[in-house]
Amino acid sequence: MNSLNYTIAKDNDGKSIWKFLAGEMKPRGSFLTPFNIISIPIMILGLVLIVIRFWKGLGSVTNLTQEVPWGLWIGFDVVTGVAFAGGAYVLTFMVYILNMQKYHSIVRITVLNGFLAYVFYAGALLLDLGRPWNVINPIIGNSFGTSSVLFLVAWHFLLYMIAQLIEFSPAVAEWLGARKARKILSGMTVAAVIFGITLSTLHQSGLGALYLMAKDKIHPLWYNEFIPIMFFVSSIFAGLSMVIFEGSISHRVFFNQISEENHKSHNSIIIGLSKICAVAMFAYFFLQVLVFVHGKRWDLLFTPMGYWYLLEMFGFVMFPMLLFFYSYRRKNINLVKVAAILTMLGVILNRLNVTVIGFKWDAAIRYIPTWMELVVTLAVIFTEIWIFRWVVNRMPVLRESPSWVNDKH
Amino acid sequence: MALNRKDFFKVLGVTGVTLAIGKEAGAVPKKEESIEFKGILYDSTRCAGCQTCESACAEANGLPSPTAAIEAGVIRNTDEVHRTVVNAFNSSKGETYLKKQCMHCNEPACTAACLTQAMYKTKEGAVIWRGDKCMGCRYCMVSCPFDVPKFEYHSANPKIEKCNMCYSRLGEGKIPACVENCPAEALMYGPRRDLIKEARKRIVENPDQYVDHIYGEHEAGGTGFLYIAGVPFEELGLNTSIQKESYPSLSKGFLYSVPTIFVLWPAILLGIRESTKNNHLKSDENE
Repeated sequence: MNSLNYTIAKDNDGKSIWKFLAGEMKPRGSFLTPFNIISIPIMILGLVLIVIRFWKGLGSVTNLTQEVPWGLWIGFDVVTGVAFAGGAYVLTFMVYILNMQKYHSIVRITVLNGFLAYVFYAGALLLDLGRPWNVINPIIGNSFGTSSVLFLVAWHFLLYMIAQLIEFSPAVAEWLGARKARKILSGMTVAAVIFGITLSTLHQSGLGALYLMAKDKIHPLWYNEFIPIMFFVSSIFAGLSMVIFEGSISHRVFFNQISEENHKSHNSIIIGLSKICAVAMFAYFFLQVLVFVHGKRWDLLFTPMGYWYLLEMFGFVMFPMLLFFYSYRRKNINLVKVAAILTMLGVILNRLNVTVIGFKWDAAIRYIPTWMELVVTLAVIFTEIWIFRWVVNRMPVLRESPSWVNDKH
Repeated sequence: MALNRKDFFKVLGVTGVTLAIGKEAGAVPKKEESIEFKGILYDSTRCAGCQTCESACAEANGLPSPTAAIEAGVIRNTDEVHRTVVNAFNSSKGETYLKKQCMHCNEPACTAACLTQAMYKTKEGAVIWRGDKCMGCRYCMVSCPFDVPKFEYHSANPKIEKCNMCYSRLGEGKIPACVENCPAEALMYGPRRDLIKEARKRIVENPDQYVDHIYGEHEAGGTGFLYIAGVPFEELGLNTSIQKESYPSLSKGFLYSVPTIFVLWPAILLGIRESTKNNHLKSDENE
């Protein structure tokens, strides 16, 4: 303990580790920003609602019914949130497996984003559990339900969070000035990346596979046996759109942390990502058309749900796909951002259509989330952004690594 | 120690025999082997809609006694305090009744969905819920094609409620409360095989009285609860378009692909990484 204290203290201007950490906990910059003014009351209200939820049961806060047991907290927080976190595995694949060094400068922020998304959105799952104290049962092994897709998803979430933590850990080591630890941790990066991509393939599709047994409950335009593949392919462009969206905001908010060189490459990175998005979306659209034609669903097309389906397919897949192609050709950064936002809306729409809107679409009592479910969801997102900001302001995420770092992992 | 082929098979044989005999020799005469898959047969033509089964069920399971009376055309549903309900339908043969509860599928979707084995298909055939394992994720409710499991939304320590074929009574050598108390003998408890025989017999002997179908014989891969009726089952609110395969078979393909991907992906990824190792040398020139 003492020797650890000593090495860290040496790298942080003689301060002890606890003093250093205490200093880092303090907020930086002005406190009364518009974001803080909006987010703080919502986070406090969310906390109150969470207390009520655990005290009086799920029914006191949510509108869930006996027929629709999974609502916004699963359909949006978990299923949609995890799709948006897909950027981390796509980008680590590009940088560490395909060796596309151009994208190296945004790997750390994407992995951090992905990691926090998993911690918070998968963590939001705990709010939805009726008997959360039994959550360790599928982990400690007193009763393994190995035939369950949810068992697979739960384990993969857990393992993937560890993999992402390892991928991000060199940044933590640099922040703490732990040179030896950094060397060991960065040596584990490639193994964590390979393990992480494998896990992501399986749980991104696994989230879709959760709904395979709900065959009679999901509207036939959204149910097919290829849901797992659809979910996997769409997580590629969902994740990258999030990288474009979040990257553009970070670029503005944390402007002075970014080096001259990385400022210059930012636009070329975004243009490159827009091409990958367009190709992935084309593959997705083509798959959807194949499934539709083979399923012979023509009669369903001219119903209200059919129009809704067409809106999703053409308005939020086809249109942003063309926009990505066009802006890639014209090198138009602003259009890429518009396409990214449209794509994200499309992914939200798709995930909600499978999990909430198209689920028991013919039920007598329809599920519509309460304002309280929305507030808790917002509170979770805001808390995540707070932590994200705290980390980016302190650790070398966008910033260059300290000078004592030699290799580039 | 060198082991030639002959010796190897000898060892294998001895080990095999020991395993086989050892098991038999060590075991006490097993009770499980005599236990057959049990189920319940419900004959809608005999049911008079008296609701005795509802009150008997509530009493046996410590639930509030039901008060609502049956009204033709008004569909009541099971919920967290009603494990079974009887509904009346204006069918082509006049007012007809139908009892609703857990179907106790041969291969239940809920047990395949449950990641803690809280939903459990017992060897006797009843599907039960084990509270000490359940984490309240409600995936069983999402998966059940019959919408049977119900959740206590207004409790801090919620339970999943559903018919468990009076599993604790079965352990005491009794039969399910609804079967025991049915005054019209519309319900029958016994080995599933015998129930199907009995249902066939009734249909064959009175072809005018019954429709020629046992609901639950093949539906959802076969269920422990079986129905026979005098009118087509769609008139009695039962889902007749339900698939004949079991529901867990829907996610089998995905689950089988998991080990394949776990073996292949890391190998492929490592291979790609090796082949692109020197890419940055080329791209440096371009930039």
